[in-house]
Amino acid sequence: MNTYFLQVFNGISVSSIFMLAALGLAVTFGLMKIINMAHGEFIMIGAYAAYIIQNIFSRYLPASIFDLYFFVAIPASFFLAGIFGWVLEKLIIRHLYGRALDSILATWGVSLVLQQLARSIFGAPNVDVKSPSWLNGALLVLPGLQLPYKRLFIMLLVIACMTAIYFLMYRSNYGRKIRAVMQNRAMAASLGINTRKIDACTFAFGSGLAGIAGCALTLLGSIGPTLGTNYIVDTFMVVVLGGVGSLWGTIAGGFLIGTGNTTLEFLTNATLGKVLVFTLVILFLQWRPKGLFTINSRSLDE
Amino acid sequence: MSVKTFLKTPSNKVFFVIVLLLLAAPLFLSVFRINLLGKFISYAILAMGIDLIWGYTGILSLGHGVFFGLGAYAMGMYLKLEAAHGKLPDFMAWSGLEKLPAIWAPFSNPLSLIFIVLIPAFLAAVIGYLTFKNRIRGVYFSILSQALSLIFVVLFIGQQAYTGGTNGLTSFRTMFGLPLAADNTKYLVYYAAVFLLFIVYLYCRFLIGHRFGKILIAIRDGENRVRFSGYDPAVYKIFVYISSAVIAGIAGAVFVPQVGIISPAEMGIVPSIEMVIWVAIGGRGTLIGAVIGAILVNGLKSGISESFPEVWSYFLGLTFIAVVIFMPEGLVGIVKKYAGRIAIRREKKDKTAEKAPSVN
Repeated sequence: MNTYFLQVFNGISVSSIFMLAALGLAVTFGLMKIINMAHGEFIMIGAYAAYIIQNIFSRYLPASIFDLYFFVAIPASFFLAGIFGWVLEKLIIRHLYGRALDSILATWGVSLVLQQLARSIFGAPNVDVKSPSWLNGALLVLPGLQLPYKRLFIMLLVIACMTAIYFLMYRSNYGRKIRAVMQNRAMAASLGINTRKIDACTFAFGSGLAGIAGCALTLLGSIGPTLGTNYIVDTFMVVVLGGVGSLWGTIAGGFLIGTGNTTLEFLTNATLGKVLVFTLVILFLQWRPKGLFTINSRSLDE
Repeated sequence: MSVKTFLKTPSNKVFFVIVLLLLAAPLFLSVFRINLLGKFISYAILAMGIDLIWGYTGILSLGHGVFFGLGAYAMGMYLKLEAAHGKLPDFMAWSGLEKLPAIWAPFSNPLSLIFIVLIPAFLAAVIGYLTFKNRIRGVYFSILSQALSLIFVVLFIGQQAYTGGTNGLTSFRTMFGLPLAADNTKYLVYYAAVFLLFIVYLYCRFLIGHRFGKILIAIRDGENRVRFSGYDPAVYKIFVYISSAVIAGIAGAVFVPQVGIISPAEMGIVPSIEMVIWVAIGGRGTLIGAVIGAILVNGLKSGISESFPEVWSYFLGLTFIAVVIFMPEGLVGIVKKYAGRIAIRREKKDKTAEKAPSVN
């Protein structure tokens, strides 16, 4: 039972990272009808940003403050990935509005280029990011059941980000504009909202979230140029299951995929678990083709 | 469409020229190159299948590697059993199996090659029914199909005793009793590939040339209108998905005897999306574009990536961005545009020449 609980705990902590990444994806898709296949590469950029910051701290700064590097790494990965996102939107994405399928293909080209870029700069082999020492160790809940601090920290980080996103989306002027554009772009534009600016900002913001996700991933293992590809499909499944453009849907989808994966993997084995989750998602979509949480609309093509 | 008009269509003419060149290729190229070209032909067959579903029907499947892989594995299983001479294939013995698993048993019979077609068709029918009936479309379908290819790779790697795991199936020796390493067999396999390319092209042309093809294009351009006109788009989509899967399966079966290996790496996410690139670069919605794209891109790939693997990734990525954004019609689109301009200019000249007397 304890092993199972630990498995589920691990599953949730990993899927909370997906949630963060998936949220950026869900919002950009809900807003612009763009599927960004290069989203995984923003995870990778965030992870390498953490790696760079770690190297700066270990090389140029006194060893006593090395453990604090992670607090610099989080905003750094957010901004670096965000800047990349901004540039990508300005250069490429804006040509693809209204061409959802084409956006998949073009952004996949982007992901190839970014991966190769990472390979040229950092080399093909994986690199390790040393976790701060205060995150080593684990919280003893019950005898035989320890929750690693790293994973607890990741969950706290994600909860903090989610709260920030909630306030941004539902309690701020900017969030109101995003939701307005998402619901009816033409109407929002005629009421004086600069939809182009909203698009660009949101895209950059979503990319930044993926960057934070990448930064969190460095706590769980080594990172490499193809880091993003390993996570992108799971992230997409979270979006499909949860429903596009909904904060709650993404959270619920992330939880379901995370716990579902670990539970089924625990009951069967790693291979069958993944296959079963996929089958269940397909069957679930029979019942709700638009995912768990949907924005009601009468339009024919959503 | 009568045979005469069929032969007169420019794209068909180009296709016949390509087939003639391919038939003549063994006269100029070494066996090694012919083998490589045969591999590209299998990709070209695959690309036509993708064009049918993406270019004509507007469904972007990012999981065609699975169907390609299933066809290839069916062929590979047959060849593997033929190489084992009634004994247990080598990798099964390594994984501790003692007798042939039930799913392998039928593959000792050549008739089992029908599974090359049946397995992809069955999988496509199930997936197609579950998604298209529920009007899961656009990017949702693309994401699900991508997950499909991920799942299959995981499954095939995980079930090492049955599939050979990461290494896949390899070290085949003979095919219908002919040694695969011999030059003559290689030529034979190559000509079989060209023949299948021709057959698949005719099949796709046939589909597209008739009412069925018009409905596919209508589904691409306005699915709701098709539905409101009284057609059920789901039926057409399922059928075209099955056709496309079968074509991919055939392509896989053509691939295996030429390359001599099939592994899960051929059916993953990255190869699946690369297949779409060939069609995009050649020109979607034109069969000839798919064929040219597949052969051209793979030719370039083996040329460039052999000597500069780094450059290839940049080149492929940037080409893809450029093609999708600036020339969605692909190479064929560019040719058509310029050919169209020349034709218009000619027409204008003719018209002015005709008009001239009436002015006087």
